[in-house]
Amino acid sequence: MTAEPIAQLGRLATRFVLDLGRLTTFGSLVTGAAGTPPLRARRILDELYAVGVLSVPIIGASGLVVGLVLGLQGHNTLVRFGAEENLGAVVGLTLIRELGPVLTALLVTGRAGSAIAAEIGAMVVTEQLDGLRMMSIDPLDFVVKPKAVAMVLAMPLLAALFIVLGLAGGYLVGVVFVGGDGGIYLSSLESAVEFREDVVGSFIKAGVFGTLVALISTYRGFTSEPNAAGVSAATTSTVVVGSVAILVFNYFVTALWRF
Amino acid sequence: MKESALRDVLVGLFVLAGLAAVAYLSVTLGGFTYRGGGGMLITATFDEVGSLKPRAPVVIGGVKVGQIKAIGLTADLRARVTLDIDSGVALPADSSASILTSGVLGDQYIALEPGAEQDTLKDGGEIQYTQSAVILERLIGKVVENLGADSE
Repeated sequence: MTAEPIAQLGRLATRFVLDLGRLTTFGSLVTGAAGTPPLRARRILDELYAVGVLSVPIIGASGLVVGLVLGLQGHNTLVRFGAEENLGAVVGLTLIRELGPVLTALLVTGRAGSAIAAEIGAMVVTEQLDGLRMMSIDPLDFVVKPKAVAMVLAMPLLAALFIVLGLAGGYLVGVVFVGGDGGIYLSSLESAVEFREDVVGSFIKAGVFGTLVALISTYRGFTSEPNAAGVSAATTSTVVVGSVAILVFNYFVTALWRF
Repeated sequence: MKESALRDVLVGLFVLAGLAAVAYLSVTLGGFTYRGGGGMLITATFDEVGSLKPRAPVVIGGVKVGQIKAIGLTADLRARVTLDIDSGVALPADSSASILTSGVLGDQYIALEPGAEQDTLKDGGEIQYTQSAVILERLIGKVVENLGADSE
């Protein structure tokens, strides 16, 4: 019976690989559905409201506060070296390269990703997906596709809003609160930020994170056990797996984009 | 039905605001600009440009009048800097360019000193009088050398 822990590890690994394979198959099926008509623009628009518009308050408030903190911390550190004129560069590069896309993705996972998993999970429990199949409507096309497409579209837009509000927060601290010069803040920001390296990289990150969250949340909901505990497990695992995936992929996108 | 119409407006506003933010980040901050023949390009050759970078500002008397477009090498291995000067700046032909540093940790930029000639620099012209960037290590090296010579 000494082999039992090792067998357990083996089962865990098998389940992980199985899950990864199913997720990939699921992803390719959803991508295929997204590429075939009907477009389902009406459904995508409704989901864009749920994922995008309803996320704007939390994204806006978080972005502004993160910008305020970056402004304060950056100013406190820079003032020691007499280099406060670089505050714009510090706040801007931090937000655009890392915090903007990553924090937006984490917040959206918690707010919208969990909701997507719970909604699809509840449809599994109440056999709504089976009902759709009976009417020969593919639930992947009708339920999953609009949610996934809306998530992928909304993420870069939300990240951009987060970044711009964060920059405004930094401006508020650096210029209004501690009395720096607005022109210096903006010119330091403008001369530090590169288009390809920083701005395009930032949107690539947001797009990758949007795809990840879209896939994981719909997959978890779609494959949830048909009972109450299954829905709750699907929601939890969406947030946990989604957040970890975002952080891990953040490293790889950063490394690949700045080789 | 009414609620759905309001939703569509909100989604539209959300997309517009998002795209505006994307545009701001790309154009204003990223410098993703297409200038349709507005500015004029002028070159200047330096022995040493230090850590001067493309998109660094070009100023006259502290006022920004353009930016660095490119930095390359000439055939005789000196540094050739291409300046993108805003149109409407009439620069005398005998103006000079120096590479200066803003603050202790600041970035380097080019300051133009207008000359006295009547002729002005045209698009594609070259600034003849240039002063290279000051490299701190070389200055220190010189001081140390001089001190050594004095004590002998």
